[in-house]
This record gives sequence, structure tokens and C-alpha cells, in this order.
Amino acid sequence: MAEKPRKPKPITDLFAPWTDPDAKPLIEFRSVTKKFGDFTAIDDLTLDIYEKEFFALLGPSGCGKTTMMRMLAGFESPTEGEILLGGKNMVGIPPNERPVNMMFQSYALFPHLSVWDNIAFGLKRDKMPGDKIATRVEEMLRLTRLEQFARRKPHQISGGQRQRVALARSLAKAPKLLLLDEPLGALDRKLREETQFELMDIQEKTGTTFVIVTHDQEEAMTVASRIAVMDHGKIIQVDTPAQVYEMPNSVYVADFIGDVNLIEGTATRTGPDLCEIRFHEGEPPITAEVTSEISDGQTVTYAIRPEKIRVSRDQPEDRSNVAFGKIIDIGYLGNVSTYHVELADGQMVKAAMTNATRVARRDFTWEDEVWLSWRESAGVVLTQ
Amino acid sequence: MRRLSWFNATSLTLGFAFLYLPMVVLVVYSFNANKLVTVWAGFSTRWYGELFRNEAFLDAAWVTLRVALVSSTLATILGTAAAYVLVRGGRFFGRTLFSGMLYAPLVMPDVILGLSLLLLFISIGLDRGMITIILAHTTFSMAYVAVVVTSRLVAFDHSLEEAARDLGCNRWDAFRLVTLPIIAPAVISGWLLGFTLSLDDLVIASFTSGPSSTTLPIKIFSAVRLGVSPEINALSAILIGIVTVGVITTSLMSKRAIAKRIRDENRAET
Repeated sequence: MAEKPRKPKPITDLFAPWTDPDAKPLIEFRSVTKKFGDFTAIDDLTLDIYEKEFFALLGPSGCGKTTMMRMLAGFESPTEGEILLGGKNMVGIPPNERPVNMMFQSYALFPHLSVWDNIAFGLKRDKMPGDKIATRVEEMLRLTRLEQFARRKPHQISGGQRQRVALARSLAKAPKLLLLDEPLGALDRKLREETQFELMDIQEKTGTTFVIVTHDQEEAMTVASRIAVMDHGKIIQVDTPAQVYEMPNSVYVADFIGDVNLIEGTATRTGPDLCEIRFHEGEPPITAEVTSEISDGQTVTYAIRPEKIRVSRDQPEDRSNVAFGKIIDIGYLGNVSTYHVELADGQMVKAAMTNATRVARRDFTWEDEVWLSWRESAGVVLTQ
Repeated sequence: MRRLSWFNATSLTLGFAFLYLPMVVLVVYSFNANKLVTVWAGFSTRWYGELFRNEAFLDAAWVTLRVALVSSTLATILGTAAAYVLVRGGRFFGRTLFSGMLYAPLVMPDVILGLSLLLLFISIGLDRGMITIILAHTTFSMAYVAVVVTSRLVAFDHSLEEAARDLGCNRWDAFRLVTLPIIAPAVISGWLLGFTLSLDDLVIASFTSGPSSTTLPIKIFSAVRLGVSPEINALSAILIGIVTVGVITTSLMSKRAIAKRIRDENRAET
């Protein structure tokens, strides 16, 4: 399962219920506020999540993402506002009466029960007949490839297997909504990547709505249909991974997701959707496409990803933006190299180039003087 | 095995002698044929036979056993409940006061505890007998149980209970099906502790016992005041035997369980 390459995802997703005005959301947060004493964990937050979505709540620790998840599970209740699940207000309903299951960060497997009994635990609480429980547990064991470990206790299996038991247990009751709290945090990198694809596969097979909490932006980008980037109890941007990466709505999002150059300057409109950004005396202004409303002379931040910038020895003719500088540092990552280039005014710019050929000697080295160039559509003009 | 240096060997011998010589002497003399405790007159199991024909001792032993069983069971239930509320109940009014007061019987001198219980029983008009001993023993054993169970609950992953609730348990089911089985070792050792303390107790029992109900420690103590008889030696030897077997069994069992767990975990990772 893990080896199967991921289907290429077009930027305009075929599955996009959030673009359909008639679609009824599965989960609705309606101006939800949650306070712990004086601390406001969630601040007047409104959000819709649709059925069959793989929705990621992403943010640094303390941004309120875990609180949102715990409110969905029923372990916390909002101070103000309401949370609807399938149109029904869930505030005040205890966790055991919600069609929601959760996979815990620590997995929370019951150490005194076997893998089989862990998975059967929730089904037994529903007073399901014994033979049906057995069928369902076998099905879950097959789905998570744990058949030969059914009789083992949690401490007799490896970390990756434990993670799959936790997943099987939370899926066994066929919840309307599955919550995953940093589900892959305890796994090493290789296993984590494999498991991400497994999760997506299982999500697709079962058709369950998944809400995942993570601080790992790569994980969110890989698995999610949409990402909500959070900070200090507020949602800054909700969008598809590609949108969040290519069209961040704020400096915070641009900076949080991936690597980015942020250049501050003053904007002047030069065309219907073009503007010039002056960021330093003596440097040519940056020409950039702009979609938002800006006024002349407004201070803006220009965000451009390193891989959108080309490094060359000769001055390129075909690009609208060029800058001249000196290589200060090179970060060699194998597949790409990141060049830290200092412009004449001291502004540092990162540019990433793919190492497409296998050569012992690279084209550029430290102290080399190079030209940086990019198109007007390569970066984003941010006003907040 | 490494050989011990003479210094280590000496200190080990001295230490063990200090701890166990009195008991060895007692056990050896319990097999003495002579009626005079300190004069050896050959091996005999005579006093063991006499002991089992002594109704007073057997009655006292029976009372002690019943008191210990009932009081340690009550103490386990109450102590576990108290520990659970203190660890899991969040912050409620009077929590600090309550947790402090719960541990008071641990540091309170037995004489004071016994006296205060005696005054209480007299003032409410409760006749002293087995019931009052049970109540008294429950009171102080409960504190010990609470301490043992609290330490286990503090180390307990709270998300296990949340997982149980998430999978459809109400609070009671989550406790019964998940928390209790996991903290069971602590609950059992709390029970054992209460049981031993109750068997052992002389001071509090002598304050709270009535003429109809004498526990074994009281009986032994009053018998010794009239002079040490070989029967007492035999009784003490039996008690030592029971305790020794109990301690060795539990330590072997827990050692084996730990070894198995380490083996399993190593196997799981490979």
C-alpha cells in the first residue's frame, strides 16, 4: 500500500464541496470561543468542514488546534458559540454519545487488553452481538494489516503497529468523524511518510471524514484536502494545500508553510494587475502581479519561494525581475541546493535550484557573483 | 559470581545477624521440648500441638483474621475512591485540605488515634467489639491505601480514560473497565498493606476492642506479660513462616512479570 505512488492531484480539486454553495457541511463551528480562566484558547472562530474531507488543523503549539479537536470529541465544551455535527448542536453531549472517535497522540491503547480486544472495546460498549463484533474486528485487522498480531498485547508489538491498532480501534465503530491528534508524531521519518499514504488510502476506502491536528506542515500538505492554518486561537487561512502554499493570504501563513523570502517595500500600481515594489535605494523595483486592493505608497511584503528564483551566471533577458548578488552560503540537500545570496544593499535572498545532474563540481560556489531572476507571477504581494 | 571482599562479607553477615538472629532464636526455641523457654531439652513439636488445642488463641486468631479481611477490604474501597477523586477530580473546594487530612493518620501517633476513636465510640454509644476494631483499622488503613493508589494514578496516562469514554463508556464504565484493571497492582498492594497493618496492630486494637473480641496481638501481649510460654514461640514461628512465604511469593511473581515484559518489548521492536 505504502509503495503505491500517489495520484497526481490537480490544483483545482475534483473533490471540493467547499466551493459548492449548496453543500451542507458536516461540522460547523459557529463563533466558538473557548477560555481557560483568563487564557483565550479559541477566539470567536467560525469554520465549516464537509463530509469525506481530510481536514488538517495546522499551527504551532498553543495555537488552539488541540482545543478545537477536544471540543469536537466532547472533552471540552465551548465557552461561547455552538458546534454542529450533521446539523445537530453538540454542546453538552458527552463523548460517549457522539458519533465521533479519536485517535490519541499517545495512542492510549489499553495495556491490559490484546490487540483484538482493544479493537473490539468500542463495539462491545454498543452491545453489538458477538459474531458481528468478530466480523468487524477481523475487517479492521485486515484493513490495518494486523491479522497476525491480534492476540498480542500492546507492549508486545512495535511502535508502528501500535499506531495501526489505535487507528483500527478508532475506526471500528464506523464514526461519522475521525479525529487524529498528531497521529504520526511518535514514528520515525521513513515510517511516518509511509503511514501518511496509508492513512490517505484508508480514509478513501472508508469514506470517513478525517480531522487531523498537526504541527508538521509537510504532513498536513501531504494528507489533507484542506488546511486551516491557526495562530493564537484564530484561523488565519483555510484552503487547499496548493492554495495555502502558492497563495498565502498573510505573512504569517507564507512564513509558516515552507521556506520563503519576505521583502518589505512600498508598492506603486503600474497596470490593471501589476505593481512595482521599491524595497531599497539603488536596487531596481520588483514587478509583481497583484490581485488584492492596494493603494499607491502602501507598505507591503513581497513573498517569494526560493524555488521560484533562478540562479545564473549571466544576466537573463527573458525575466521581468533580476537582481545581482554574491553567494554567501550554500545548503546542499541532495535533491536541491539552497543558495543564500546577498544583494548589494545587504538584503539576503534564498534561491533553490534542483540538482538535476550528477556532477562532482557544482556550477556555483561560495563568493560567486550571480544573477537572480524571476517572473512577475512568481511571488505574492501581501498586505497583512 | 564475583567474590565478596572480606569487608563486604563482614558487613553483610553483621547486618543479617542484626535483623534475623532474634527470629532464628525464636524459631529454634519453638521446637524446644522443655517447658522452660531458655533451657534446651531436645527437639519436639509438642508446643505446636498445644497451641492448636488452645481455644483462646484460636479464637483470637480467628477474630484477627476477620478484622483484617473486612477492614482492609473496606479501606481499599474507600482509599481508592479518595485517591481517584484527589488525582482526577480536578480542583474543587477544600481539595488541599482534604488531601492533607487524608494523610494525617500516617503521621499521627497510634496512641492518639486509638484514644480519639475510643472517645468517639463511647460518645456515640457504640459498644466495643469486633465492629469498632474494624472501623478503627479501616480508618488508618485507608490512608495507606490512598497513598499507594495515588502514586499509581499520578503516573497513569489520562488519555486512556478519555479513550474509553470516546469509545462509548460512561465515567463509571471507564473506571471499571480501564482504570481499575490498570491500577489493580497498586490496589492489591494497598489491600495487602492494610491487611498486614491490621494483623500487626496492637495499640489501636487495644483501645477499641471489647471483652468479647480480642485480637491475636493483644492476646500474645497479655500472655507474655504473665511470662513467655513455648506456645507463644510456636505461634510466632508460624506467623514468621506465613509472612516469609507471602513476601517471597509476591517478589518472585513481580520479578517474573517484569522479566517477561522486558523480553516481550525487546521482541516487539525487532
